[in-house]
Amino acid sequence: MKPNGSFAKLFSVLFALFMLAPIIVVVGVSFTPTGYLEFPPSGISLRWFREILNHPDFIAAGWVSLKLGFASACVATVLSLPAALAIGRGRFRGREALQSLFLSPLMVPTVVLGIAFLRFLTLVGLNGTFFGLMLCHAIIITPFILRLVLAAVIGLDRSVEMAATSLGASGWTVFRRITLPAIIPGVIGGWVLAFITSFDELTVTVFIVDPSTTTLPVRLFSHISQTTDPLVASISTVAILFTVVLMLFVDRLYGLDRLLIGEGKR
Amino acid sequence: MTGQRSWSLSAPALALFGVLLVVPLIMTFVLSFNSFDFYEGISNDISLANYKEVLGDSYFYEIFARTFAIALATTVICAIIGVPQAYFLNRMTPFWRSVMVLVTLGPLLISVVVRTLGWAILLGNKGVINTALTDFGLIERPVKMMYTSGGIVLALVHVMIPFMVLAVWASLQRQDPATEAAAESLGAGPVVIFRRVVFPQVIPGILSGSLIVFSLSASAFATPAILGGRRIKVVSTTVYDEFMNTLNWPLGAAIAMLLLLAVLVIMVSWNRLVERRYSEVFA
Repeated sequence: MKPNGSFAKLFSVLFALFMLAPIIVVVGVSFTPTGYLEFPPSGISLRWFREILNHPDFIAAGWVSLKLGFASACVATVLSLPAALAIGRGRFRGREALQSLFLSPLMVPTVVLGIAFLRFLTLVGLNGTFFGLMLCHAIIITPFILRLVLAAVIGLDRSVEMAATSLGASGWTVFRRITLPAIIPGVIGGWVLAFITSFDELTVTVFIVDPSTTTLPVRLFSHISQTTDPLVASISTVAILFTVVLMLFVDRLYGLDRLLIGEGKR
Repeated sequence: MTGQRSWSLSAPALALFGVLLVVPLIMTFVLSFNSFDFYEGISNDISLANYKEVLGDSYFYEIFARTFAIALATTVICAIIGVPQAYFLNRMTPFWRSVMVLVTLGPLLISVVVRTLGWAILLGNKGVINTALTDFGLIERPVKMMYTSGGIVLALVHVMIPFMVLAVWASLQRQDPATEAAAESLGAGPVVIFRRVVFPQVIPGILSGSLIVFSLSASAFATPAILGGRRIKVVSTTVYDEFMNTLNWPLGAAIAMLLLLAVLVIMVSWNRLVERRYSEVFA
């Protein structure tokens, strides 16, 4: 294959600029020493990062998002792991229907999911609770974990498991000592992707939070809907930094393209 | 693995999805047939009144038309930019390819709210783009980009283009590089190779990418809500207003059900079309 020509290189540079522009701008304005949005900033100041400390509501929302992402990713992983084993290995009626059901949150418009959860949680008295929020997030992020774990399960060589079984290992021992270590990169990759998806989620969450369980995206959204100031930029910069660290970690561990295409390259 | 064992392994997830996904969706469907009174709230009678109200009002027609026009424009632009970008990506050296993958996919992991904030800062009347253009003397008055459909499309392209690049790139990886080499040895230039050899082979990727981009754009919320404000309403922001401001849940549910129906019909017929088309080609 011939290397890319100069047109291709120019195109790629412009494309990269387009992809990074909004992120560079957010990070840039967050360092402004002035009281308004300016880009490029006239100086470098941490004024708006210190200002975050004067806004406990944003900090509380950040904690809710972290806890929510952690809890819902764990719940979704615990539920997806056995389901992926069943779907990946079982030959039974309803297998495809089951898989479609578990992937369906990707197909339904998020706003529809949001109102459906709102309607249900209100009727059972869980609306605005952390518990209700966690279960709803677990549903939204299950498809992301399931796809990755499923890819790992399908790509697994069964002969090692059979060898273990023939040597007298129990089903649980085989799972714990052979199967789980073999699919663990897929599981961790899925967990991180699920965590990030939950951490970033807005459209569903905006319907089902109350002031005590407001998440960071919802808090930012309601602030930005009224005004944009350097404060939201500095908070966003912290969130971006956090995501970049997670992203680099997961890219090393699993490969970002594999993570997001959702297929193991085998 | 036996069927019984499979079902018991899936049971916990199935229980959660049954109770918290299937039941709420059915309840929302029923809700869309209920009626609403400002003083009495939601009553349990069943009628088609909400659907009649939505389908009989040009106000809602305009919102649905705008939503699908924005989704269509986003899809077309994503294809125009995403296809060549995926092609160039496939031909990069491993180092630059991994850098570009990070640049393309990384933004997917950053909250849409944050990315849209970036666009709001760029597109405002006193925003980065307008200030720069004025400083260079290219324009005298700021170009209005916030609270326009164009601004929403631009930001949506940014949100959606990774999906198009991924889909096209996946189909490029299945393609045999020898076909390009053959065309080149027969004297074809780069443009002809792209148009006659590469492009026809990535059409399935473009079609599946378009489907993802279109359906996600049609139901996008954060971007049109922030960049469109109250002036440029789309279906999802209208549903939000009905639920959270007007409190007419049944009407909001009916609008949402129509969106769901429209998206599902488009997805299914698109899949049919693609399958028919390609069963003919590969039969």
